Amino acid sequence: MSTTAAVRPETKAGTGAAAPPMLEAIDVTRMFMVSQGFMRAKKPLHAVNGVNLSIRQGEVVGLVGESGCGKTTLARMLLGLMPPSSGSLKIDGQPLTGMRRRDVARLVQPVFQDPYSSLNPRKSVGSIIGLPLRVQGGVSGEEEKKRVYEMMELVGLARRLFDNYPSQLSGGQRQRVAIARALINRPRMVICDEPTSALDVSVQSQILNLLQDLRRDLGLTYLLISHNLAVVEHMADRVAVMYLGRIVEQTDTDTLFRNPRHPYTEALLKSVLTPEPGLGVPDTQLGAAYPNPLNMPSGCRFHPRCARRFGPCDTIVPRPLVSAAGMVECHLYDDDVKKEAAA
Amino acid sequence: MSDRILTVEGLEVSLPVPSGTLNAVQGVSFHVDRGETVCIVGESGCGKSLTALSIMDLLPKRARRAARELTLLGEPIVGVSETTMADLRGNRMAMIFQEPMTSLNPAYTIGNQLEEALLRHRKVSRAKARERAIHLLERVGITAAEQRLRQYPHQLSGGLRQRVMIAMALMTGPDLIIADEPTTALDVTIQAQILHLLAELQREFHMGLVLITHDLGVVARIATRVVVMYAGQAVETGTAAEVFGAPRHPYTRGLLDCIPIPGKTKRGERLGTIPGMVPSLVGQIQGCHFAGRCNYVIDECRAAPIPLEATPDGGHKVRCIRADELMRGGFQPAESVA
Repeated sequence: MSTTAAVRPETKAGTGAAAPPMLEAIDVTRMFMVSQGFMRAKKPLHAVNGVNLSIRQGEVVGLVGESGCGKTTLARMLLGLMPPSSGSLKIDGQPLTGMRRRDVARLVQPVFQDPYSSLNPRKSVGSIIGLPLRVQGGVSGEEEKKRVYEMMELVGLARRLFDNYPSQLSGGQRQRVAIARALINRPRMVICDEPTSALDVSVQSQILNLLQDLRRDLGLTYLLISHNLAVVEHMADRVAVMYLGRIVEQTDTDTLFRNPRHPYTEALLKSVLTPEPGLGVPDTQLGAAYPNPLNMPSGCRFHPRCARRFGPCDTIVPRPLVSAAGMVECHLYDDDVKKEAAA
Repeated sequence: MSDRILTVEGLEVSLPVPSGTLNAVQGVSFHVDRGETVCIVGESGCGKSLTALSIMDLLPKRARRAARELTLLGEPIVGVSETTMADLRGNRMAMIFQEPMTSLNPAYTIGNQLEEALLRHRKVSRAKARERAIHLLERVGITAAEQRLRQYPHQLSGGLRQRVMIAMALMTGPDLIIADEPTTALDVTIQAQILHLLAELQREFHMGLVLITHDLGVVARIATRVVVMYAGQAVETGTAAEVFGAPRHPYTRGLLDCIPIPGKTKRGERLGTIPGMVPSLVGQIQGCHFAGRCNYVIDECRAAPIPLEATPDGGHKVRCIRADELMRGGFQPAESVA
């Protein structure tokens, strides 16, 4: 059951076709062996299952999906923190496997969700931000200090916080420290894994504005992982929707929000609660349970929760369908399958 | 009158801290009628959770609580014995917490804990309690309820655990449910489902619901009335339509401007921000608590405590001396008044 078809949406003609994608995942799979209990055989769990994703230089790609869909596993592979079980990853045109960890770190950096646990509580702000410089080496103490101050100014941290410890900072300040640390080696790409979900809304907007400014000023490329679709809509040029280890829809942000095609995308969009009174809480019709990833549903993995399932959904695995409107994996848009079902 | 479930008048909560007294809640008032959802919304540290806990009398031991009036179904619940409170808690009023994993006992089965909630307060047989537990689990959308009763909390997903918590809160058929961030730990899809369910159950059982949250989206969609809290005080109260349709306090406006709304905010454009930080609540603050972060601040704002006053449109109240003026002026940036 090969699903390796060319799923990468083609760049619209005109944008310098010569530059390789910043980051590229080709049919990437990651499997874990999961214990089923004492004396029982372990079972394979495909956290990421044949994902194709390509991120152009300077682009912001949003990755959305529920917890357990494999977003974070994919991010860890893209950061070079975990090798894929199969498939290949390329960064700036070079294969990521075999690259030294330190070289990967120079190109891609993460910003994590929880600035309370992602900063070492026993190190000062200056030391945390400067650590990547020391890891890469070749920078004198004085030079390090100068660059840390520069970076602190860039992310809006007062110089006087240099000697403070994370416990003395607010959530927003901590996230600024995390961003400064990620950017000090001037990476080309930043992977933001739920960068604002632990923050209050007034702080969230500051961090989102900062990320936008930095992107413009430093020419960064972002992969923005979030379950907050409103945030993704605001930030991303293109969105990939992930469900149980696969990308089920991928298209540009406007198209996705105006005309979601996959029933799962529709349900996700419905569950965005914007502060507009009188609209009520929508019924997403998703059913209660997220399926057990160890017991993957047959056919389309979304069919048990799908409001629009029909004949072949529980038997035939949908294939990626690429068109001008983007990529979608759903039988509703597969004329061949529909014809066969009707016959 | 019989429709009034909860009255909170002038609620104060303070905590001793090394540097003095932290005045966490400063004179919050609201009421809940049967069938109403009152949302208390605000950012971390605004005192919303302590407000909820003080209704249940579950504040930390060192905290001090005072109120001009705090009544449940017309009976005072402040200054009563712990026995009386224990009889009310989980009976006439029940609470749903944010993290269902830490609020369920990992050592007992779901069934055991659900039945206990009823057996503690009613003279019924265990078989009857079990029957009700199954009925309620099914009602909150849990399939195979009988098998679930034999399971332990760790065997359920976060969404299922929160459904169990809701079923547990409903066991005695309470008049009031207090839900403190019931969906914050859950996925957006599950959040929508749980809120949908809560709203449905509240109508069906004709209860009062107090929902504590930081999520303005949730509030706008579910609230009958809204209390916006900032630094220990209610700064704006009114119906959801009033508060979200015509926000009058600069803080409420500021918060709403911070939120990206698909189709309304433009991609890549800067979002609104509220500069500065929440003031320390240790000791007394002169004048308006929001003055230090407000774009429209004038000297008078800092002179004396600002009352929460009714606006011309009736139930809508706001704690801002410039609210009318700003409303007429359309909240234009106020360099001219600086």
